[in-house]
Amino acid sequence: MNNNEYEKYYVPAQSPWPIVGAIGLFCIAFGAGNYVNDVKNEVTGFGGYLLLAGIAIIIFMLVGWFRNVIDESMAGMYSKQLDRSFRQGMSWFIFSEVMFFCAFFGALLYARVFSIPWLGGASNNAMTHEVLWPAFEAIWPLTTTPSGQVTEAMGWNGLPLINTIILLVSSVTCHFAHVGLEQDKRKQLKWGLGITVLLGVIFLFLQVEEYTHAYQEMGLMLSSGMYGNTFYLLTGFHGLHVTLGTIMLFIMFLRIVIKDHFTPENHFGFQAASWYWHFVDVVWVCLFIFVYIM
Amino acid sequence: MSTTNLNADNHAEEHHGAPSGIMRWLLTTNHKDIGSLYLLFSLLMFFIGGGMAMVIRAELFQPGLQIVEPDFFNQMTTVHGLIMVFGAVMPAFVGLANWMVPMMIGAPDMALPRMNNWSFWILPFAFLILLMSLFMEGGGPNFGWTFYAPLSTTYSNDSTALFVFSVHIMGISSIMGAINVIVTIFNLRAPGMTFMKMPLFVWTWLITAFLLIAVMPVLAGAVTMVLTDKYFLTSFFSAAGGGDPVMFQHIFWFFGHPEVYIMILPAFGIISQIVPTFSRKKLFGYSSMVYATASIALLSFVVWAHHMFTTGMPLAGELFFMYCTMLISVPTGVKVFNWVATMWRGSLTFEVPMMFSIAFIVLFTIGGFSGLMLAITPADFQYHDTYFVVAHFHYVLVTGAIFSIMAGAYYWLPKWTGYMFDEKLAKAHFWLSLVSVNVLFFPMHFVGLAGMPRRIPDYATQFADFNAVISIGGFAFGLSQLLFVAVVYKCIKGGEKATDQVWEGAEGLEWEVPSPAPYHTFETPPDIK
Repeated sequence: MNNNEYEKYYVPAQSPWPIVGAIGLFCIAFGAGNYVNDVKNEVTGFGGYLLLAGIAIIIFMLVGWFRNVIDESMAGMYSKQLDRSFRQGMSWFIFSEVMFFCAFFGALLYARVFSIPWLGGASNNAMTHEVLWPAFEAIWPLTTTPSGQVTEAMGWNGLPLINTIILLVSSVTCHFAHVGLEQDKRKQLKWGLGITVLLGVIFLFLQVEEYTHAYQEMGLMLSSGMYGNTFYLLTGFHGLHVTLGTIMLFIMFLRIVIKDHFTPENHFGFQAASWYWHFVDVVWVCLFIFVYIM
Repeated sequence: MSTTNLNADNHAEEHHGAPSGIMRWLLTTNHKDIGSLYLLFSLLMFFIGGGMAMVIRAELFQPGLQIVEPDFFNQMTTVHGLIMVFGAVMPAFVGLANWMVPMMIGAPDMALPRMNNWSFWILPFAFLILLMSLFMEGGGPNFGWTFYAPLSTTYSNDSTALFVFSVHIMGISSIMGAINVIVTIFNLRAPGMTFMKMPLFVWTWLITAFLLIAVMPVLAGAVTMVLTDKYFLTSFFSAAGGGDPVMFQHIFWFFGHPEVYIMILPAFGIISQIVPTFSRKKLFGYSSMVYATASIALLSFVVWAHHMFTTGMPLAGELFFMYCTMLISVPTGVKVFNWVATMWRGSLTFEVPMMFSIAFIVLFTIGGFSGLMLAITPADFQYHDTYFVVAHFHYVLVTGAIFSIMAGAYYWLPKWTGYMFDEKLAKAHFWLSLVSVNVLFFPMHFVGLAGMPRRIPDYATQFADFNAVISIGGFAFGLSQLLFVAVVYKCIKGGEKATDQVWEGAEGLEWEVPSPAPYHTFETPPDIK
């Protein structure tokens, strides 16, 4: 930190990572686009391989890009103002993620408040009900779809409740680690963060258990009508975010344990990961209420 | 690898010139380079999307089917819309923001320069995928740019997956671009540049960026549900499984309506920069402009279902969305009033940017009025899905958004290149565009009111004369845009040297740096009085 009135804002010179990332994203999108068609039409094509190659390129890009950023940060090239840019950028990114989940929560609420009651004859839809599917009963969870597909609803007690407790505790341990970092209590930081990562892994493991149980024993599938659709897309995208958050926290853990990174004043990377973790926790609480309980 | 890179970074940082060769553009982190890339890309897309419009107009020149198959016609309307919205208008505004926002607020660059590069370079790939899908077996997307279910799910062809993933990339690009703009404005303003001193272009972009971050993820959600409905047996948009095709429209337009303001708020900003310059007066009602922009943005979240009046919503819904939509004309009226009041008793001169701006004010207002007509629920029952709607949104998007982009390009071109552009050629471009665009879009009101439906390759013979006129206007407008390319090309090559201030009445930080603007501006923040 220098004593000039304004610190110089670090503008990096040329960087190869964005264009590498653009090629990676292209491979993912083009690969995935072809892959889903290959699967649907039951042919073998290049799509799957291109998708995997794209993912590999993106991982390569992320490692290289973050390594550059970490090296620059450790070399003291970043000013307080740049740190604020990172923080604001991360906050807006999380806001965009919130809006992504809003789309799916919106679909869930629309189905429960409008489309399913309407199919059951509510409002001025008596004839819709009578003509299309007279046997249909508008109840939630939608265990029998209008076209007669039957499934079973997932209860909230049991695994989902345990998972809720796990995530809530992990948010507390994550905060505990953060406090440890701010007060320069490295031991508290390491234990808190390590336990958080462990809880994240346990959550994911239990989530896989729950899916297996749902598919094999309950007949609750992605294709099981609106209940299965919203259940799997909401918990599935949440699960992906937990995976990403766990990886982020694990990398922070490695940086702290192996490289002894972060100081009480300068720890944006850790902060971003912990914000993200609290965000996935809040999403889960909403999920638990709207998908499982209500 | 990391250490060598780091050294290269340190080394290059000390240079003030631009690196040379293709690698300059591929690896750049400079906001001016990235701004230029965005602008050139959007110009290219403007011509590709425009080419598709020419195909549409050629087919519609006469009744009957002459040139293309109906399915290909549908692909043309679909991809024309997608390209113009996501490939031409939005990147052009992002390009202008990249160039001008840091200079206007005294920032050294965008806040997150490497991400800035990434958000540009993924765009060409997204459109590559979209355009490639046209050559797939079974053809490209043919369900309209709004990709309503079940057209995009039950009845769509195999290109849907490519469409979905290319829209995902466009969304990622927009979100990253918007995060960059918003963080730059919040965090990189020079000391003394308070919020209420910011130029209006910066203000409108701040609010636009917020809208983008709020609604692009909802679009991502919508295309994801289309993907799972088509490929993974979900039934979000199928009543048989408890879903509803109308739900698609709700989710889509929750994105779609703020999206149309995303394409017009920066235009308001550009016009609010140009009109005071050539009126040689301060902008009339600066703070009311700011509040009007913010209220348009907020209202944009509660008007989406005015696109869906004919879907059979409950009456209370129809009324709510009608009144909210009509409410938007109040802040918009404030803006038009302020522009006119700025010109009132100013010492006006009519340079090309000003001519485009005045055309914008008049023609955008026409588009606004037809929008007000469409907002009236019972009237919309007749107008819905007719050429009247096509006329309306082309007035606000072509003579609105595109004209403002042209105005902005002419206004700032001398600052970018260091040369004045060929005024004669530019004026020819303006007059030809102005006349042809009205020949193109104005008769669409008439055929629309008479009942001609949109998105059809053939029509009743009673619409033949107007359609021939419309097509002639279309070809003339399309050809006139080649003049714009000529002006830009000549201006990059050379011409009369531009002064720092360029325009006599221009005020603001961007006019205090040399023309052309140096590769790095404001490495130490300027003092704002």
